[in-house]
Amino acid sequence: MIGRDEVLYVAALARLELREDEIEPMAAELSAVVGHIEKMSELDIDGVEPTSHVVAVTGALRADEPRSCLPRDVALSQAPAVADDGFLVPSPQA
Amino acid sequence: MSDGALIALTAEAAAARIADGSLPAAEYAEAYRARAAADRAAADDGLNCFTWVADSVGDHRAGPLAGVPVAVKDLFCTAGVPSQAGSRLLEGYLPPYTATAVRRLEDAGATSHAKTNQDEFAMGSSTENSAFGPSRNPWDRERVPGGSSGGSAAAVAAGLAPWALGTDTGGSIRQPAALCGIVGLKPTYGSVSRYGMIAFASSLDQAGPLTRNVRDAALMLRHMVGRDECDATSLDYPLEIRLPAREDLAGVRIGVPAELTADGIEAGVLARFSEALALAEGLGATIEQVTLPTAPHGLAAYYVLAPAECSSNLARFDGVRYGHRVEGADLTEMYTRTRHDGFGREVRRRVMLGTYALSSGYYDAFYDRAQRVRTLIAEDFARVFASVDIVATPTTPTVAFRLGEKTADPLAMYLSDYCTVPMSLAGIPAISIPAGLVDGLPAGLQLAAPAFKENELLDAARALELALAFDGSAAYV
Repeated sequence: MIGRDEVLYVAALARLELREDEIEPMAAELSAVVGHIEKMSELDIDGVEPTSHVVAVTGALRADEPRSCLPRDVALSQAPAVADDGFLVPSPQA
Repeated sequence: MSDGALIALTAEAAAARIADGSLPAAEYAEAYRARAAADRAAADDGLNCFTWVADSVGDHRAGPLAGVPVAVKDLFCTAGVPSQAGSRLLEGYLPPYTATAVRRLEDAGATSHAKTNQDEFAMGSSTENSAFGPSRNPWDRERVPGGSSGGSAAAVAAGLAPWALGTDTGGSIRQPAALCGIVGLKPTYGSVSRYGMIAFASSLDQAGPLTRNVRDAALMLRHMVGRDECDATSLDYPLEIRLPAREDLAGVRIGVPAELTADGIEAGVLARFSEALALAEGLGATIEQVTLPTAPHGLAAYYVLAPAECSSNLARFDGVRYGHRVEGADLTEMYTRTRHDGFGREVRRRVMLGTYALSSGYYDAFYDRAQRVRTLIAEDFARVFASVDIVATPTTPTVAFRLGEKTADPLAMYLSDYCTVPMSLAGIPAISIPAGLVDGLPAGLQLAAPAFKENELLDAARALELALAFDGSAAYV
């Protein structure tokens, strides 16, 4: 079972606010899904390699040559707040 | 031409008529644009298939798809056009570039004038998780169209688009295609570039077509595949995708896995599945029982891997560079409030689940174990494909369910993908075609093949489609 404290810890890691009335339902829903997931422990996985790529990829890197990127004004055009040609955010320490 | 006659055309037939001059491209595209706009204007009285429809039909390039419009799932970035992934967090977002899959279709002459509704960030099986309201199933408006590409599926089934682009992570093309009575194809992982697809679970996400027949699926796929240097996991597709013409299944060996064709599948869905197998035998196929012993654990592995990748991918939605922001006293509070208000309930749940699975002390028990289970599932398929050409299952355990029926029970909703998730984990291509109706609602037949065997898969699907002779026109609005 996933409890209240664990939910709040994970929410902090995920940078996700949870309102007071959302904590218990989240704990119950996560517990149900994790209960299902734990059925995997029935399987014998000794000696089985973890999947990294389902289809083998080789030579995925392109030539390391400089090329033009998004113009600054385009990159900033969708930002909620900008200042001095950059993204504006609140101070980390209010 | 009347609207009815235009809608009856396959995309292939429309492209041919536009090319020979017997159908004006503008007339064809405008008919669909107007139908999409009417659905959008109808709001709750319509199917709510679309999140954006252009005011007019734009120009198109010359090419094999010249003048044929394609409806595009909201998950794809399209330059200067709202691309919101069904999320409040991206409401009004106008990307500076267009996804490769869309651009390639446009390069072949296709136009795009509508974006389709979806579960937020492709997380869901009913399109009820959209911030822009649920889409409805044209066969029964009190029921879901499936998801997450539900708007695309409903639009194609209802004759509001000739065909549509969707994405499939664990079944998000095939399951809504099945529930709406159309064709949906998830290609081999890596065959279509993911560049510009707003990422959910990068090791699973694939773009693919939703169409009214198998040849149209082949036609669209032909113009999407191939290596793209903007997606390091994309691959050169080894062959040209052919338009399937096969009418028999002589010599084709079809494997039926007991694990995905018995427990938990509705009787009516199983009945349509058995009838389809009998037709396949009549066309010359041999049917063999096979086993995929790890497949029943596919959902468990999927609900570790997909949320884990989602929690990482969705870290970019932080209120800084794009989308919605909720101000806070400091940077962290701005992040946490933005993500709370911007994400819907299911997305929050998956971000939490993924963060939990990746957190210190749980990694080995969840993520690492799930990646090993994934290997076992791929090995199951490899073993089976040593003796059969195609694996057949029902696409979904049930026909379309009622709106609201499963929203309070995440596990029940997740079971919608029971039959489609194993193929996603193995990275192999799979297609859903309509197998018939169960009490007036469509059921899907899923066929899967080894990686890069799309041509063989499409051949088999085409032959079966002709034999099944499903008529979806009752769903046209």
